[in-house]
Amino acid sequence: MSTHISTDSAAHAATASAAQASPMIEVQGLNKWYGDFHVLRDIDLGVGRGERIVICGPSGSGKSTLIRCLNHLEEHQQGRIEVDGVTMTQDVKRIEQIRRNVGMVFQHFNLFPHLSVLENCCIAQTWVQKRPRREAEATAMEYLERVRIADQALKYPGQLSGGQQQRVAIARALCMKPEVMLFDEPTSALDPEMIKEVLDVMVELAQDGMTMLCVTHEMGFAKTVADRVIFMDQGQIIEQAPPETFFNHPESERTQLFLSQILGH
Amino acid sequence: MSERIDPPANPPVNPPSEGHLVPRAVATRTEMLDPRPAPDMRHGVVGWLRTRLFNGPVNSVVSLVVLAVLVWGLTPLVQWALIDADWIGTTRDACSGEGACWVFISARFETIVYGFYPDAARFRVDITLALLAALIAWLVIPRLPAKPWVGAFALVGFPIIAYVLLLGGHFGLAYVPTREWGGLMLTLTVATVGIVGSLPLGVILALGRRSKMPLVKSLSVVFIEFWRGVPLITVLFMASVMLPLFVPDEVEFDKLLRALIGIMFFWSAYMAEVVRGGLQAIPKGQEEAAKALGLGYWRRMGLIVLPQALKLVIPGIVNTFIALFKDTSLVLIIGLFDLLAIIRSGLTDTNWLGFATEGYVFAALMFWVFCFSMSRYSQVLERKLHRGH
Repeated sequence: MSTHISTDSAAHAATASAAQASPMIEVQGLNKWYGDFHVLRDIDLGVGRGERIVICGPSGSGKSTLIRCLNHLEEHQQGRIEVDGVTMTQDVKRIEQIRRNVGMVFQHFNLFPHLSVLENCCIAQTWVQKRPRREAEATAMEYLERVRIADQALKYPGQLSGGQQQRVAIARALCMKPEVMLFDEPTSALDPEMIKEVLDVMVELAQDGMTMLCVTHEMGFAKTVADRVIFMDQGQIIEQAPPETFFNHPESERTQLFLSQILGH
Repeated sequence: MSERIDPPANPPVNPPSEGHLVPRAVATRTEMLDPRPAPDMRHGVVGWLRTRLFNGPVNSVVSLVVLAVLVWGLTPLVQWALIDADWIGTTRDACSGEGACWVFISARFETIVYGFYPDAARFRVDITLALLAALIAWLVIPRLPAKPWVGAFALVGFPIIAYVLLLGGHFGLAYVPTREWGGLMLTLTVATVGIVGSLPLGVILALGRRSKMPLVKSLSVVFIEFWRGVPLITVLFMASVMLPLFVPDEVEFDKLLRALIGIMFFWSAYMAEVVRGGLQAIPKGQEEAAKALGLGYWRRMGLIVLPQALKLVIPGIVNTFIALFKDTSLVLIIGLFDLLAIIRSGLTDTNWLGFATEGYVFAALMFWVFCFSMSRYSQVLERKLHRGH
């Protein structure tokens, strides 16, 4: 099931030291409940600048919920989240400040269907960052070219394939020039032929030094690009380690079971 | 066990052999098929008739029967309304009695359009109506420039101009009290104010009802359920008769103003539920993506969610507008003479007794023209906004 990605993988050893510098994201004692269901349990996590993290685990383990807490798409009941020095509170201003700095790519793309590709990328720049139209469009075209979809700029999302839409979604998030990018199973809704084109874009992004947290089942991507792989189950972080250690010498039995299932076919 | 096949030009996968299909174990297509045009389909009117109306013995008979019924039913109507009708004249003598006597309408046309508006000041109504028509035309006809500016003027500038022109009292224009307004101009005034006021108010109420803030939500729910729960007639009646009881004597609320406010609040409650249906239909992911990009609440709603939601419920919104337009007739209950009431009042005119049919047919036709125009435009709008999603 994992897709082989051919690229030079020089990067992750060098940036492993990034975690020691001032952390980009700090999560301490994070707990979240959906009603009575304890979905995130005592999560502690630190993410350094430029660090690439892959979060994996079975369904319902809370991995999507965790990253959605980081930009307040989900509200947590206990614990502390700090992104780029800003602590997350209930204050809307704080939340929006964090959101301006954190880009997110969703499993189902969530492009705005009533706007063209170019307008999708410009709308937040114009209305949140107050950039003039021309500047916003220039930035948008730059990122659309980076994800290799500039020729579709005037089309509407309904006219694009899944892989193309996801690449537009990545460009849209990048246009805000965030410090952190969150990916919530970005390739899970794509068929195999399109997965590669999206993963290639993500690998390039990683190699350019973007801090990334990626929830995915694409273990090939994890091996190539991740500085750290985190395994979650039942709302807790079971194990985290650099890919070589994680895939070759997993410590926990639960991790071993999961890996045997996911890598077995 | 696989069979080696030398590939011919277009190898069939299941070639028939001895009368039954024998699937081959391995088959490979070497050349892709080019797209071919579809088989000859019937085009044009004749084709449509063949396919839809006369595509079989039973259907053909049914079509002929329906056609016969239509002819049988409509001929007398056409005969009465158009062929035998009297169009020209000024008094009742011009009516021959055979068909419809539209002279009744044409003789009273000025009253029908202007109500009791004084003759000398009628040009002001003409200007206002012409301006309204021009604004609507500018906004509706495609490819005309500066629509946002025209729209803004229509919402802000035009009401002020209309208010000054119709009511008068300033700039040397004679004051015309609202009880002298009537007929088509009154219907259009009430309908336009109701339509233009109820949509934004309805949107705010819908958003309020979906809000997580308890006070906002409760107020919205109470407002919607109250105004939705009482009939419009009682709203108008209460506004006309009961409101003065609650307000100190010095404060005098113009009757028309009371009706306008009542109608606007009443229909905004309906509109709120229509819009709320549309809001519910928008996937949560849209709002999440907008949140993730840092868009605040009003920007999210105004730029992302509402454009999609409103487009979705155009049928429901236009439905509400049409109902609003027709229900303007109810202002009769508070003594205002709208289009229908003016026509009815003409029926009691001793010069023109006995032309009730012509009166009501004309009133129905007028309402139908306005309502159908709204309906047609909504379809045009839907088609224009359809962008492949």
